[in-house]
Amino acid sequence: MVENRPLTNFCSHAVLIFAIAIIAFPIWITFVAASHDAVRMTQTPLPLLPGDQFFINLKDTFTQGVGNAREQSVGLMLMNSLIMAMMIAVGKIIISLLSAFAIVYFRFPFRMGFFWMIFVTLMLPVEVRILPTFEVVANLGMLNNYWGLSIPLIASATATFMFRQVFLTVPDELLEAARIDGAGPMRFFKDILIPVSRTNIAALFVILFIYGWNQYLWPLLITTDKNMYTIVMGIKQMLEAAEESPEWHLIMMTTLLAMLPPIVVVVGMQKLFIKGLTETEK
Amino acid sequence: MAEVILEDVVKAYSKTEVIHGISTTIADGEFIVIVGPSGCGKSTVLRMIAGLEKITGGIIRIDGQVVNKLEPKDRDIAMVFQNYALYPHMTVFNNMAYGLKLRKFGKDEIKQRVDQAAQLLQLEGLLDRKPRQLSGGQRQRVAMGRCIVREPKVFLFDEPLSNLDAKLRVQMRLELRKLHERLKVTSIYVTHDQVEAMTLGDRLIVINEGAAEQIGSPLELYEKPGTKFVAGFIGSPAMNFMDAHISRDGQWALMQGDIRLALANGGVPRFGGQQVIIGIRPEHFKIIVKGPQSMLLTVDHTEILGADTTVYGRFADTPGLITIRLPDIHHFKSETILPLSVAQAKIHIFDRETGARI
Repeated sequence: MVENRPLTNFCSHAVLIFAIAIIAFPIWITFVAASHDAVRMTQTPLPLLPGDQFFINLKDTFTQGVGNAREQSVGLMLMNSLIMAMMIAVGKIIISLLSAFAIVYFRFPFRMGFFWMIFVTLMLPVEVRILPTFEVVANLGMLNNYWGLSIPLIASATATFMFRQVFLTVPDELLEAARIDGAGPMRFFKDILIPVSRTNIAALFVILFIYGWNQYLWPLLITTDKNMYTIVMGIKQMLEAAEESPEWHLIMMTTLLAMLPPIVVVVGMQKLFIKGLTETEK
Repeated sequence: MAEVILEDVVKAYSKTEVIHGISTTIADGEFIVIVGPSGCGKSTVLRMIAGLEKITGGIIRIDGQVVNKLEPKDRDIAMVFQNYALYPHMTVFNNMAYGLKLRKFGKDEIKQRVDQAAQLLQLEGLLDRKPRQLSGGQRQRVAMGRCIVREPKVFLFDEPLSNLDAKLRVQMRLELRKLHERLKVTSIYVTHDQVEAMTLGDRLIVINEGAAEQIGSPLELYEKPGTKFVAGFIGSPAMNFMDAHISRDGQWALMQGDIRLALANGGVPRFGGQQVIIGIRPEHFKIIVKGPQSMLLTVDHTEILGADTTVYGRFADTPGLITIRLPDIHHFKSETILPLSVAQAKIHIFDRETGARI
């Protein structure tokens, strides 16, 4: 429906601008805070316009470290977060593609049983099973490494369910044509199914990457080695400066840095993301 | 190229039998059309030959080899699907080459075969396009090309033209026929459209409710339909059926309203006195000068198609409308009375109980 009424236009723009302002204002404050020096940030009123310290703060963040987290470098924490988020997103996609493939395309005993078992894990997020999961990870000697950070978060009912729905929309004839052309199951999976679900995979990657990046509780629990800290944990620790007041300018700079990779992923994959969520034609 | 033999082929889903034993031999290079109303099981037969459905009973042979247990890829067949089933993410070239790649053909050989098929199907300029950038007819041709490059023993077509618009369908029908004349590959073609069946097939298999009603050439089916079902299915507009009984001496068919039809070839004395069904095709009625032998049709309404006119009407008090097709344009008001006659040879008689031809 395309309409052109001045009043409607005005209202819809007003609503949109208002909503954007609500979301953008805290980010603006973060940016402003990251561009002033430590002294300015302890004075009231807080500044609303950017200062001239942005690049100095940027350098300091990487070279000095911040607050309680001074012993870990921000660069390393960013790298840890990136590796963890990538492992979680890629791992989740691989596992759920395979399990959805099995559930949709193979007739094996208790097929629906397995499907529902996977589905039921939706009710068991990390927070609920955190103690047993920790026990298992500890016994497997996966504390303080990337495997321990990512593997327990990889199993994903949501992604499996989504891929199941995607595969169900792929016409049967495609499978039959591939069978006649001589493709075995894995060939079909690799040559036809994955390319056909490409946009859905991209959409899910965006969501899962951000999910992985934002993990806080689980990394906090299983990492004691400072070299394995993630950026989200790091920011929290920076706030816990014992005697001194928090170095807001550097903390905000770190926050900005922590926001960057998800933004890059979203912006970079935006086109595929939207296609993946809206496209229906296969 | 190969012979395809079906021996008493049965298909059942759990307890329900849907194909009740079909037997036929399809000769090498023959174009055979399986035709029937929707849901009659014609696609199931094709899919059993393709290996996409398990065969519950009976034997299917392709080129002498029993293929019951073979995977589709090992049967050396190629299939065109109703919705084409082109791989949406691959270019036209790759769509056609995929089967060859999986069969480990060399790059040069693949290129040569695809180019050849593309030339044959006038797809040369389109090899780099994706299926979604093609029109319906072009997609159809790519699906054909995917089959041709494989040089299989048998082509299978599952209603390949039903997604095209009417004009394109006529054009593709002709192209299909020409293609078959060039390639001479055994082809099995499923359709519900009897015009396609009549124009394409060397022979037709008419299927009704999972059983083969009649197998024969298009003209045979038209001129000597073996059952009432085949008679009603082949030909458009459909054949008219009227209740009648045969006179004691078997020379006449007597219908309601005192209509007497003389029967050809000495009549059917064996069936004297029996209740039967008379079938007459709409195009076999002729308008005559009113006489003692004429059947009087009271016109209900007409459809003028230009080349011919379809008239709907009633004989005296027969139930249901009778359709007649007259060449050229005629304007008849409703309630006009038309005296008609039918050539003796054009009268079909069917058993009222079994529907079998008498």
